[in-house]
Amino acid sequence: MASINLTVNGKLYTIDADPKMPLLWAIRDLVKLTGTKYGCGIAQCGACTVHLNGTPVRSCSLPVSAAVNQKITTIEGLSPDNSHAVQQAWIKEQVPQCGYCQSGQIMAAAALLKKNPHPTDKDIDAAMQGHICRCGTYVRIRTAIKTAANIMASGVAVATAADETPASR
Amino acid sequence: MNSVKNISRRKFITLSSLSGAAFTLGFYFPAAAKTASILTGDNADEKGIELSSWITIDKSGNVTLINHRSEMGQGSFQSVPQIIAEELEVDLNKVKTVFAPGNSKKYGSQITGGSSTVRGSYKTLLRTGATAREMLIAAAAKQWNVPAMECYAEKGTVMHRPTGRSAGYGTLVEEAAKLPIPKKVQLKERKDYKIIGQPLPRQDTPSKTNGKAEFGLDKKLPGMLYAVVERNPRFMGKVKSFDDVATRAIPGVKNVFKVEMPVFGFTREGVVVVAESIWAAMQGRKALKVEWNDEGFEHISTDQLYTRMKEDLKKPGLSQRTGGNFEERFQKAGKKLELVYETPYETHSCMEPLNCIANVEGDKCEIWGPIQGPDWIQSDVSERLKIPLENVTVNMTFLGGGFGRKAFTDYTFEAVLISKEMKAPVQVVWTREDDMTQGPFRPGAVYECKAGVNDGRINALQVKMASQNMDHQDAGSDKLKFNSSTTEGFAEAYFESIPHYSFADIPTEAPIPVMWWRSVYSSTNGFAFESFIDELAHAAEKDPIEFRRSHLWGERYQAILDKLEEMTGWKSRSKNNGWGVAITECFKTIVGEAVKVSRKADGKLSIDKVFAVMDCGWYVNPDIIKAQIEGSIVMALGAATTHETHFADGKAVEKNFNVYKMPMINDIPAMEIHIMDNDEKPGGAGEPALPPFAPALCNAIFDLTGKRIRKLPFKLEEV
Repeated sequence: MASINLTVNGKLYTIDADPKMPLLWAIRDLVKLTGTKYGCGIAQCGACTVHLNGTPVRSCSLPVSAAVNQKITTIEGLSPDNSHAVQQAWIKEQVPQCGYCQSGQIMAAAALLKKNPHPTDKDIDAAMQGHICRCGTYVRIRTAIKTAANIMASGVAVATAADETPASR
Repeated sequence: MNSVKNISRRKFITLSSLSGAAFTLGFYFPAAAKTASILTGDNADEKGIELSSWITIDKSGNVTLINHRSEMGQGSFQSVPQIIAEELEVDLNKVKTVFAPGNSKKYGSQITGGSSTVRGSYKTLLRTGATAREMLIAAAAKQWNVPAMECYAEKGTVMHRPTGRSAGYGTLVEEAAKLPIPKKVQLKERKDYKIIGQPLPRQDTPSKTNGKAEFGLDKKLPGMLYAVVERNPRFMGKVKSFDDVATRAIPGVKNVFKVEMPVFGFTREGVVVVAESIWAAMQGRKALKVEWNDEGFEHISTDQLYTRMKEDLKKPGLSQRTGGNFEERFQKAGKKLELVYETPYETHSCMEPLNCIANVEGDKCEIWGPIQGPDWIQSDVSERLKIPLENVTVNMTFLGGGFGRKAFTDYTFEAVLISKEMKAPVQVVWTREDDMTQGPFRPGAVYECKAGVNDGRINALQVKMASQNMDHQDAGSDKLKFNSSTTEGFAEAYFESIPHYSFADIPTEAPIPVMWWRSVYSSTNGFAFESFIDELAHAAEKDPIEFRRSHLWGERYQAILDKLEEMTGWKSRSKNNGWGVAITECFKTIVGEAVKVSRKADGKLSIDKVFAVMDCGWYVNPDIIKAQIEGSIVMALGAATTHETHFADGKAVEKNFNVYKMPMINDIPAMEIHIMDNDEKPGGAGEPALPPFAPALCNAIFDLTGKRIRKLPFKLEEV
């Protein structure tokens, strides 16, 4: 066990954890943010996706020690009030069914749109094809990503994810 | 209202305790009949006055509605309040929805399976909303000293038509709760619906886009311990011994012991590691050395299973349904067809792996988890622990998928056993590997189909199914009992037009636990039925839609086929593409699907588009139904083309998504969906769109390539 500093959604947490513990369990059980989900434990389903310095990573397969001094953003940090364009689009298109995989889907979609504000179908396939949805919401995910791109392009005020703001904020 | 015979509360309570009238009326009052009672939902944090089992209103007019079914993605959290709100005359956006705990005396059946929430509860829910509305109107009329018939309700307010006076529900609820319950109430006509039938956005969506929705795995209790169980990978195997020295040395590990969980007619044995965190429990399990005793039962493989099912097909079947004289007419038929279809074993693989919290304290037990049947769990735990029903509290969370797996009671009682031993609240977490390898699985099946065609019509049809029977697994079950689901999925109208038919099953014996999987037997039956019908159409040299049309008498079937023709442009369809159709019926809903496939320039087969037409009768929320159809098609695509559970040496082979491949976003075809509008009784919506997809796809592939696929799954890239 070791004392580990984690910056999650702009807030500093000091946790006591086995450095080999996957970031997923540190976020869920020690930081106590449960929006990030356990799905497979071997980086195959994407339910545990969070942003590490703005890049989507599979937190189930990343030791917590690798996340020290990095900016971690979870679904809770994407926006405090569902105001992020991707969240708005997910609600507009009524994407979730059971909802369990959607935190990971949304984090992946947000990262895609930040890098590529006008993704083609092929871009969407490439960014999203590692994300399993057993309910089969894929049709709506594709539509919602395009809706989110339109929301962003329309210049409607959209919340900034915590990883884009200073940690002190 | 004056002519309506009333029933006094005192009388009502007496009746309900004697005869369960509370259930039939959809009404319940606490025996103490306090004016303010605590909300029944587990996560309700405010008090209000209970007007019925489903409806609570506080003095500020805040309405809380109870969802008595589970929410696993299929939309009960929206459809249940949407039905009540219509008759209660409240703004759905201002309503708070909470889960009910397990309590079948109060809510009737809560088991969320068989696509039953709307079709099983709608009458009760309409009546409960209308009754509460009439009581609120009566309270206002009494307060204003006017006839109730001069008043009406709208958006949580009672209005007096002649004077324009109004009173919010919050000011009326206390008085309303004291009034006698009207025995008869007028339900609204469908044309007057403002909420039912509308594609209203789901109330649970915002919580599922910001991480706030609480699933079973997210629930934490003070002092809660975590447990993982190393279960024997051979389902009936025993624990011979185990060495936990290294496990106990892991920081955070609290205890290690053997668990014996009765499942069907056998005992599932394993060793549990209980720890302060999931991670510590998982590390402890890795360090555990268990020796298994796997003697005394068969270590079966997939090849052996299918060889056995094919051998079983030579035996006479247990007849479920017959008409006319199949054998005689089959012998005399002009054209005869005899074909065999195979379908695979599958896992449910809900995205949220199984998990459950139990807290056993003395003769009381409380449970939290993703549960499809909270009332079942309540009676299961009560019976097994031999404690009174009311001492068992079962709290629901959102379910990260269910598909039938979370209707089974094994994972919940295993948590109870572990909590009892630890004398603490314990959350048992199944890893993905546990979830994927322990079953129960959807049973694989082999179908032998025979038919005789005369003058372009089916004269005689026989289907024999060899498969493990889900109902034969409990000790003492009647193994001579036929499978009552052998015809499930077969459009009911075929029985009218085919004069000689015979449906039977041979229950294959195998040491593999099997269970319901989305659309249950229809999920495999449908493939055999509608592939065979297509082959018969071809043998009869008929167009596949025309052939079905000439056998599916009845307006509803004809309307679906008409719609499919229209949507696909069937009559002018391009001959460069492959087109296939299938129509199945289950849970009182009929679904027709058409699939268009083509060969791309690179030689690969592409599923270009799926057309689906569902007739589920009276419906609540067409957007949720559409989502269920989309999801059913994706789930069917996976079971047809990307995944299958194999068995080797008595163990499930596929352990995680790296080998049990799910369809991904890039595999999904375009979809066009239509929901029929009619006044038929409601049918199910969550499952019936699954069965027709695989046969429609394979029929389309035949149309394009001339190759028949009679065994699922198959690889699209190999076609």
